[in-house]
Amino acid sequence: MNKKLGVYICHCGGNISDYIDVEKVKAAVAGEDGVYLAKTTMFACSDATQKEMVEDIRSNNLDGIVVASCSPKLHLLTFRAVSERALLNKYNYVHANIREQGSWAHSDDKAGATEKAVSLVKAAIAKVRLARSLDPIIIPSKKAVAIIGAGVAGMRAAIELADMGCPVTLVEREYFVGGRVAQWDVMFTTNQTGKELVTRLYNEVIARDNITLLTGAEVVANSGSIGDFTLKIKVTPRYMKEKCDQNNLLKAIEACPVVVPDDFNFNITSRKAIYHNFPGEFPQYPVIDIKNCTRCGECEKICSSVDFSQQEQTVEVHVGSVVMATGFDPYTPAEGEFGYKLSDFVVTLPQFKRLTDINKDNLVYNGREIRNIAYIYCVGSRQSEGDNKYCSRYCCTSAIHASLEARNKFRNVNNFHFTRGIRTYGKQELLYAESLRKGDVYLQAYEENPPLVEVKDGQITVTINDIMTGGREISVIPDLLVLVTGMVPRADNSIASKFKLPKGRDSFFNEIHMKLRPVETVIDGVTISGACQGPKNITESVNSALSAAAKSYSFVNKGELALEPIIAGIDKDLCTWCGECEKACPFDAIKKEKQGEKEIAVINNSVCKGCGMCLPVCPVNAINLIAFSDREIESMIDALVSV
Amino acid sequence: MEKKSARILVFSTEKISDPAIDMAGLLKLHYPPTVYTIAVPCSSGIKPRWIMHAYDKGFDGVFIAADGSDCTYGETCTEKTGHIVGITHQMMKEKNIDPARLRMAAICSVCSESFVKQIKSFNQYLLQSTKS
Repeated sequence: MNKKLGVYICHCGGNISDYIDVEKVKAAVAGEDGVYLAKTTMFACSDATQKEMVEDIRSNNLDGIVVASCSPKLHLLTFRAVSERALLNKYNYVHANIREQGSWAHSDDKAGATEKAVSLVKAAIAKVRLARSLDPIIIPSKKAVAIIGAGVAGMRAAIELADMGCPVTLVEREYFVGGRVAQWDVMFTTNQTGKELVTRLYNEVIARDNITLLTGAEVVANSGSIGDFTLKIKVTPRYMKEKCDQNNLLKAIEACPVVVPDDFNFNITSRKAIYHNFPGEFPQYPVIDIKNCTRCGECEKICSSVDFSQQEQTVEVHVGSVVMATGFDPYTPAEGEFGYKLSDFVVTLPQFKRLTDINKDNLVYNGREIRNIAYIYCVGSRQSEGDNKYCSRYCCTSAIHASLEARNKFRNVNNFHFTRGIRTYGKQELLYAESLRKGDVYLQAYEENPPLVEVKDGQITVTINDIMTGGREISVIPDLLVLVTGMVPRADNSIASKFKLPKGRDSFFNEIHMKLRPVETVIDGVTISGACQGPKNITESVNSALSAAAKSYSFVNKGELALEPIIAGIDKDLCTWCGECEKACPFDAIKKEKQGEKEIAVINNSVCKGCGMCLPVCPVNAINLIAFSDREIESMIDALVSV
Repeated sequence: MEKKSARILVFSTEKISDPAIDMAGLLKLHYPPTVYTIAVPCSSGIKPRWIMHAYDKGFDGVFIAADGSDCTYGETCTEKTGHIVGITHQMMKEKNIDPARLRMAAICSVCSESFVKQIKSFNQYLLQSTKS
């Protein structure tokens, strides 16, 4: 049966019709097979035109429509809604982009642009002729969300979701919450300490009955898909009872013979196998680092809270959506990179920040009082030849803030900044101005001529050809050299493979669209927040956490979900099961199934993402993607060459 | 009459390269109007038979604006799209079609200038090869 079709060609004010003869396009397509009406319209997206379309569809019983206007990225949903209001299945509407890929791209060739518009509209007509009415795939959705990572982003997202009435499982791999922020002292712009911020969030988290916080917990397996994820979480015990006598605990820590580098202080100090991070840590009871513990029993003799009988547990949770908030690692320079590891007095910015926090009256490191401090910026960032091509953006501000803190907290500190240009955007510029006002020295070089670090007889010399003084060679002999390092993805990012999360060129988790869908991933139901997505400061992390919380909530709040039905389909007659499609599918959406005597491939509709990777690998062409079938694509090709 | 521009079919991807092609229009970066785009979800889902069909119907060239490493469906996209090109090149050789009439380049979502540069260069190649 031939479909009755309506075609609407938009002027877009003059954006289209100034370059494309829309009347000519209308005339060229009006006679196409199935076209019942063809109209031009000043603004297809206007309320008046939308109402006219609804009326046309209803009164003429149209079976499909084509809208030729701007990019579908702007108005696909608008015209799908028009179709639905007219009781026309929304998949019977096809869009032709004659503005971005028509009038604007070819504003230098009006005749050519018009001819192309005719072809594009004809191709859309060819596609809509074959379009099928489709129903969204409706699946139940569990009203619960798991958040991976209890740093600032994770805790903020948890609080927001809990307040919307959604149960949350907050999973933290470490034994203490707060992530990186717990490691920072006073922060710009609020002058709050990281510990204060973490305390505030932690108190909010534990005040909510619908948040379950698991520390020392790691997702070891994930199955299912949007609406129904099943996470297996391994919870490692602290080997300590909750109620702990502080006096005995301190004695037990003292008695512990095991000494290991302290991660919390970025290894500039050491700790025992029984430890806590700092007095205000959360949860406020210590841990036995069982990987390093020798089980000598010394602590057990002193402290009755030590409990080696605690067992590892595996918890299974069922949630409708997952928020990733796994954070970042600071970049670790290679040995020799700007003198790193060649001297005991070369540290990274995070190490320096811990150093200024733990020193009280004098800034002393490795027995040396520190007065002259040199900072080399962009270490491991903005590398045209290296892995990290991006700018981490927070490090200029963080380094200047840390240097001001050092200057304010300790006496006679002089700061020398070796930069590639300062990027203290927005309000952070105030810090830079303050630093200049207080007499910090700023020197600058281009990437191709970076500062040179020499370590000789325990003395560090940093030399630069300073472009601010016409390339003059300037050397500084600092007591301490701070390498201003940026953010890199977590070294252990195994969580990504468990959720099959794609990563971007920078190896951070990748969103679908950085502007239009900034917290969604291609894995339906999994959102990303905070610095696991890319370098962010705390404000930006919290913004993205709130956005991710709202998006995840939208997946679970109704108890059911409507999924886009653009998925692969198997021709059971043609399929002879060779396994190639299963191998090609990155989402494990294809499985072998016995049907009668025959083994064939079957698609899991709620897992298939509609990428089409299985299509070209099928040796018998038994797979087609809905809306992108051979007939649809080839008929579009035919139409494009028909003009 | 000598052709001013070659007829090129572009397979773009909905989330990555098609936005770049849209942005080329927004920036008024001109390219020949005989370049037509069909957007698909992912470049690694393009069937060689679609490409061969385009040559059968009279397209001078086919350009795959691939997702490259930005693909939101996974890291294997580049390799898989490359494999599709390889298979199609073989099919083209069997039909005595110049394999250079199929080109692939990774076009990120903001790679508008790169897209236009690639298309212009491809157009030049196709016009010259048609002449000879």
